[in-house]
Amino acid sequence: MEQKIFTISVYTENNIGLLNRISAIFLKRHINIESFSTSESEIKNVFRFVIVVKMTPEKVVKIVKQIEKQIDVIRAYYHTDEETIFQENALYKVKSSSLFEERHIQNIIKESHSNIVTVSPEFFVIEKTGFRRETEQLRKDLEPYGLLQFVRSGRISVSKAKMKISEILNTFNNNNI
Amino acid sequence: METSINEKIKKKAAEPLQISGAEAVIRCLLAEDANLVYGYPGGAIMPIYDELYKFQDQLHHVMARHEQGATHAAQGYARTSGKVGVALATSGPGATNLVTGIADAQIDSTPMVCITGQVASHLLGSDAFQETDIIGISTPVTKWNYQITRASEIPEIMAKAFYIARSGRPGPVLIDITKDAQFEEFDFTYEKCDGIRSYQPYPNLSMEAVEEAVELINQAKKPLLVWGQGVILGRAEDEFKFFLEKSGIPAVWTILGLSALATDHPSNRGMVGMHGNYAPNLLTNECDVLIAVGMRFDDRVTGDLTTYAKQAKVIHLELDPSEVNKNVIADVVLLCDCKTSLLELTERISKKKYPKWIQRFDELDSIEEKKVIHSDLNPTKPGLTMGESIAMINKYSKGDAVIVTDVGQHQMVACRYAKFNKSKSNITSGGLGTMGFALPAAIGAKMGAMDREVVAVIGDGGYQMTIQELGTIFQQQIAVKIVVLNNDFLGMVRQWQQLFFDKRYASTEMVNPDFVTIAKGYQIQAKRVDERKDLDQAVKEMMNSDKPYFLEVCVEKEGNVFPMIATGASVSDIRLE
Repeated sequence: MEQKIFTISVYTENNIGLLNRISAIFLKRHINIESFSTSESEIKNVFRFVIVVKMTPEKVVKIVKQIEKQIDVIRAYYHTDEETIFQENALYKVKSSSLFEERHIQNIIKESHSNIVTVSPEFFVIEKTGFRRETEQLRKDLEPYGLLQFVRSGRISVSKAKMKISEILNTFNNNNI
Repeated sequence: METSINEKIKKKAAEPLQISGAEAVIRCLLAEDANLVYGYPGGAIMPIYDELYKFQDQLHHVMARHEQGATHAAQGYARTSGKVGVALATSGPGATNLVTGIADAQIDSTPMVCITGQVASHLLGSDAFQETDIIGISTPVTKWNYQITRASEIPEIMAKAFYIARSGRPGPVLIDITKDAQFEEFDFTYEKCDGIRSYQPYPNLSMEAVEEAVELINQAKKPLLVWGQGVILGRAEDEFKFFLEKSGIPAVWTILGLSALATDHPSNRGMVGMHGNYAPNLLTNECDVLIAVGMRFDDRVTGDLTTYAKQAKVIHLELDPSEVNKNVIADVVLLCDCKTSLLELTERISKKKYPKWIQRFDELDSIEEKKVIHSDLNPTKPGLTMGESIAMINKYSKGDAVIVTDVGQHQMVACRYAKFNKSKSNITSGGLGTMGFALPAAIGAKMGAMDREVVAVIGDGGYQMTIQELGTIFQQQIAVKIVVLNNDFLGMVRQWQQLFFDKRYASTEMVNPDFVTIAKGYQIQAKRVDERKDLDQAVKEMMNSDKPYFLEVCVEKEGNVFPMIATGASVSDIRLE
């Protein structure tokens, strides 16, 4: 079966070691993770992992069940790109001299809808949020002017469909009164 | 008047108690009805051992001779008693020595709580003496694990540990407690855990799925049921028997399911898998409906999945969602504990009999009897067989003993030929295939069922992997019967070398010590048998003894276990020779 990009979203308790536990599920199955990010979710004390993987639909179902099986995981979902809204964030550090000497660079910044985060006598930092192809294009465009540093975040995404985490938590609370 | 006293006592129990973390651990264990623990002391767990000393009249600690032995003993105890097994170890090497037993408990769904000492919290990450990241190491092989660095966490975490270990699909939990948290004093109160919001151990049964399953079962002409350990773990033996008796469906077992239904029950048609019986394996590919109960379609059971039961509609009774459609795609899934789902099914199915279908089993059974079983159990050539040794144990146990096996040829032979009348009687390392399991597991198995006879059947290879546990048997005077089936080979590997590697016996021949002398060194009664004429008397003497007893049976060196399905072959390609 053909491999596809899937975004796995995992809602978890905030416990030390959970990151290790989840990444171990991929390690055990010799699966490379394309990107991984974690943050607080919309619910207090509930964390959210966003994991991007490339695999067959058949395999992603099994992986998500293994993740959900972990005690501290409230619920895990997987989505195709069409089912989510997703973005990545990139930072580009460029020599300040090029900003003034190379007029063209200002056009690049303007056309790419990126923002200048900071400017100092030595360097300036540009930020770009968007799809992979957009942050990648900006990197290519800036490269001729001497890119001092480049970094890109993992994918963050929200699903189009509801995830109903609050409902799950409420059901538990109601059953345990 | 009486009530007020009771209330006072209750109130007192609820009042906080100013105690150390170490004492809290003991009180938690007692609150969880864990009055027997296995372990091995060391620096980082000394405060807990100090409390064990003070509580020794309430909590029995069995000192193993190696931490691995402690875990297998805890597993054996859990498997015969149905309770949670507990193992204690110190940090560093003590903790890493637990890993094999934890992995075994994870893959065989055994409820176990392991408690490890850890270096003081201010030393974490400093490569302190006997520091190891046991949380990191044990993560992939535990159902849950947690590191405690403050005494106040102990009650809640211990309560969660026991709840998680025993609920849903059981499994091992490891709790790592830093030494400073063991010393720290705090206000102790204990409350049992009865739910965790991120964990749903018992899914609700879909009645729609039940109806679909009932329809398939009622229409079936050649149904086959395969059961696994889920029947035992779900305490569903009675419901299972009722289902079989009403449905008339022939039932076959995986080795971890063995003993859930008595051997001589008419519905019991034998073992599936690599060294299982002929009829169950072949008829898996002839049945029209395959009902899987509390089993996970392990590769040793299914062989080649692309040719496994393709003609059949599959109904899977399973508690763990991650096992559903993992290896075999099911047509109907009853996601629930099988006690409930079997009851619902039994109520709705029609009472039936399948005389023609059952006749197929009888026909194939007689082929296996002629080609394999008869010569295994009634050999005429010189050289004792493993089969006749097991048959002799049957003769004196009458099927009432707990049989604990290790891994390899003797294990397959014991599972094939041992007779069982009662559930929780076949204790073996299934999924992980841990050599060295049986001797320590037998200690725990006996302590979990003191009124029962426990016979450990072990190969000469696996025996030497944990032979040090003879010391535990000696010190505790645990009346286990140890039978070593000695062929001076790692028999199963040798069999594969013979069949698939042109008899190149690389590192499988064993030069063995005098096992009888070793047992006698531990003052364990011991005997060796190498001739057929002496076997009966020796087994009789062993079974009649009320003390630990060691019996070495020298069996033929190059015996093979048949039937056999080669790795990756189809269950239809089962070989009888």
